[in-house]
Amino acid sequence: MERRTIFAGWVLPVCLVAPQLLLTFFFFLWPAAQAMWFSLMRQDAFGIRTEFVGLENFTDLFADPLYLDSAVRTVVFCSAVAVLAMGTALLLAVFADREIRGRTIYRTLLIWPYAVAPAIAAVLWVLLLNPQIGIVAHGLKAIGIIWDYRLNDTQAMLVVILASAWKQVSYNFIFFLAGLQSIPKTVIEAARMDGARGWRRFRTITLPLLAPTVFFLIVVNVVYAAFDTFATIQAITHGGPGKATETLMLKVYRDGLINLDLGSSSAQSVVLMVGVVVLTALQFRFIGRRNAE
Amino acid sequence: MSPRTDWVAHLVLCGGVALFLLPLWLLMVGATQDGSAIARGELSFLPDLRNLGIFWEVLTDKGPGGATIWHMLLVSGAMALAIAFGKIVISLLSAYAVTFFRFPLRMVCFWTIFITLMLPVEVRIVPTYAVMANFGLINSFTGLAVPLIASATATLLFRQVFLVVPDEMVEAARMDGAGPLRFLRDILIPLSAANMAALFVIVFVYGWNQYLWPLLVATDPKLDTIVIGIVKMIGGDTVTDWNRVMAAAVLALLPPVLVVLLMQRWFVKGLTEGDK
Amino acid sequence: MATLELHDLRKSFGATAVLHGVDLALNDGEMLVIVGASGCGKSTLLRLIAGLEIPTSGQIILDGRDVAQLDPAERDIAMVFQNYALYPHMSVFDNMAYALKIRGLSRDDIARRVRETADILGLGPLLDRKPRQLSGGQRQRVAMGRAIVREPKLFLFDEPLSNLDAKLRVSMRAEIKRLQRRMGVTSLYVTHDQVEAMTLGDRLLVMHQGVPVQLATPMEVFERPATTYVAGFIGAPAMNLLPAVLCQDGTAADLGRGLIIPFADGKRDGADGRKLTIGIRPEHIAPDPAGMAMQIDLVEPLGSETVLIGRLDDGELLSVKVPGRAPADALIHVSFPAAALHVFDAETGLRLG
Repeated sequence: MERRTIFAGWVLPVCLVAPQLLLTFFFFLWPAAQAMWFSLMRQDAFGIRTEFVGLENFTDLFADPLYLDSAVRTVVFCSAVAVLAMGTALLLAVFADREIRGRTIYRTLLIWPYAVAPAIAAVLWVLLLNPQIGIVAHGLKAIGIIWDYRLNDTQAMLVVILASAWKQVSYNFIFFLAGLQSIPKTVIEAARMDGARGWRRFRTITLPLLAPTVFFLIVVNVVYAAFDTFATIQAITHGGPGKATETLMLKVYRDGLINLDLGSSSAQSVVLMVGVVVLTALQFRFIGRRNAE
Repeated sequence: MSPRTDWVAHLVLCGGVALFLLPLWLLMVGATQDGSAIARGELSFLPDLRNLGIFWEVLTDKGPGGATIWHMLLVSGAMALAIAFGKIVISLLSAYAVTFFRFPLRMVCFWTIFITLMLPVEVRIVPTYAVMANFGLINSFTGLAVPLIASATATLLFRQVFLVVPDEMVEAARMDGAGPLRFLRDILIPLSAANMAALFVIVFVYGWNQYLWPLLVATDPKLDTIVIGIVKMIGGDTVTDWNRVMAAAVLALLPPVLVVLLMQRWFVKGLTEGDK
Repeated sequence: MATLELHDLRKSFGATAVLHGVDLALNDGEMLVIVGASGCGKSTLLRLIAGLEIPTSGQIILDGRDVAQLDPAERDIAMVFQNYALYPHMSVFDNMAYALKIRGLSRDDIARRVRETADILGLGPLLDRKPRQLSGGQRQRVAMGRAIVREPKLFLFDEPLSNLDAKLRVSMRAEIKRLQRRMGVTSLYVTHDQVEAMTLGDRLLVMHQGVPVQLATPMEVFERPATTYVAGFIGAPAMNLLPAVLCQDGTAADLGRGLIIPFADGKRDGADGRKLTIGIRPEHIAPDPAGMAMQIDLVEPLGSETVLIGRLDDGELLSVKVPGRAPADALIHVSFPAAALHVFDAETGLRLG
């Protein structure tokens, strides 16, 4: 899309766009290029000599069971967070879209958690589920469940999923509600005249019309779960117990900045970048198709 | 709508509200209670009203790094504001340049900005850290805020807003004698005020809630943000002052939540219109 | 207050030529209406004069100075846009004052001039409102006021009435004409609406495919259209155009089926057998019991008159406008009065004689 009317000259626009380009170059392009460069290198244990090893870092990575475990874990984690956060949000949005009393108050009370930092969301959930102080944890103990996410792998995963999904519900809710409101009332009325009601109307009319929103949110939620939850996981479990909640993001952080394995962590960064690029490309392809329709 | 489905809607929505408010309530209530009682698992659902002063007292508490809570709040606020204003200004100007002008390499510039959409800070964390180290920006406020200023989302949002400004509006301004900078100041900025407000909310929350980047780039406790501070507080194995952690968490949570609630109308519109 | 001359003005967008050389001279205080179907280049012509586009070649002489390469701001021209293009965030007062502020007029001067203009347009009580609080007609007035307040050398109107409903359009049309007379500002008015063109213009410029085809007073354009295009464009319902050939040494037209009509205004050039197009306006076709038979397919009552659309016996389509009600029969007889004929060359479409 282009404008018809423009201003003449090129000095002014170049000056206007320069700050953003400089920032983009120094903090996006250069680091990305460096990551690719380092991913082809290997440093010795003392960080003195660096040699070019081609794709060896990548082949090592994909042969490393720890890395593959972490990848599978990340996929499970992301899927669970996306499904949980989107499902809850959709349910709430459908009801909040109804013409009921107090719906503006409901909406306000459902969107504020958008502002909560992932790290703070973690604190809230520790408060509920910490084996010593958590109210829910005490409840679980009372009905005979041995609860300690600091020792039990599955429980740890469950906690980080819950805390991560909880924080993302608001974001999804906002988008689902906007999506529902943008469906023309006449379409719904036509479906009513055709005799579709309740669940059937939702499944055959509302949901297909909501598909673009759903797809957009899948991408956003997966990216959120893959990267933004670093703080959540770090605050609750540090990736533990063992490596039970170590997602790819935590692994990059640990290998690159704690263990200082520049080659491997750069290769991991490159893999993550490719992942994001693929997701974004998918999203734009889909949105492009929607616009063309 | 029949009364019965109304009733179901209220039930579901109340459930959702409770899901969000209950943890918050516990956090606020817990802050007013005795830390050692909480550590024993004796958290009460009712606040101890005699102890409301805790939210004031905790401001001067020192975190594990040695910085006080109020100092951390200050750093968080300064960082969030710097990122929000920086991002709005820089994105506004670059979006204006790529939509209202034709200059050499314009599309190259646009795509260069655009691909940053695919490089969230977390993905390029290790190499970006290396670049920052080269510039000597580790442990500086500049290093904390500036790398988070550049991003494509805000530029794309402004571009979308600018693209739908009617051509006639631009032409009318030109006929009235307005040059490009005057048009930007008198027409375009006032026209996109609502979008700027929305963007402010989104970016402020984004900046305030940062964790990974500050964790890396600012190891000096003087630059600890409140979010970093709190995670450090609960990170230790033996936390006894649970109520103080909770009070600090309430303070950490309040500014971005208030910003969202006060600017809710613009924020929701801006968020969904810009598609992220 | 100024004169405007265009000399061989051309504009191409890439390889597409939109204007193929326009020459034009506007007298001081004149209202000239440019009329044509969409895509004829009329809006491009207006935008070139406004300075919103730069011509590929040619001159635009405003008050003796070539302004073709100048920025709009340096031309002292005001424009009323089709969708008004009011600044939505500014009050009516600020909308009107904006150009004056940019010119650095004093606060008092600005306030005085805006108030005067607002009084002329009856906008006085609305000065503090925002555009969204105004009706369509009021917005239209503000757009006019914004142009008037600048006291420019030249007014440009780009289909300013097309967003109004039919009734408002008629009253605004009259108002524009009154205002333009009163201010005496040289004006160019672009429209595709022939009624607007006929009623508003001191002169009309009819454009077709980037070429000006006729420049004349409205009545001249109506009575002596220069081409078959103009003939068909101006007048409602459109003029009937029928094929014919020249005959009887150039003094008559043979329309076939034995119908030969001698010209009322003398001989036309060319050999007998030259192909012609004969035009006759529906209102000039007279019922005549001795004339041609016409089968009526469609009746369009307009109240005081009625349009009959039908076919001659050889299938030729014809529309006829008769006063009063439609005749009861589906078959009528009509004839073409010689004095009402328009004669065009069939190939070039140009008027003959």
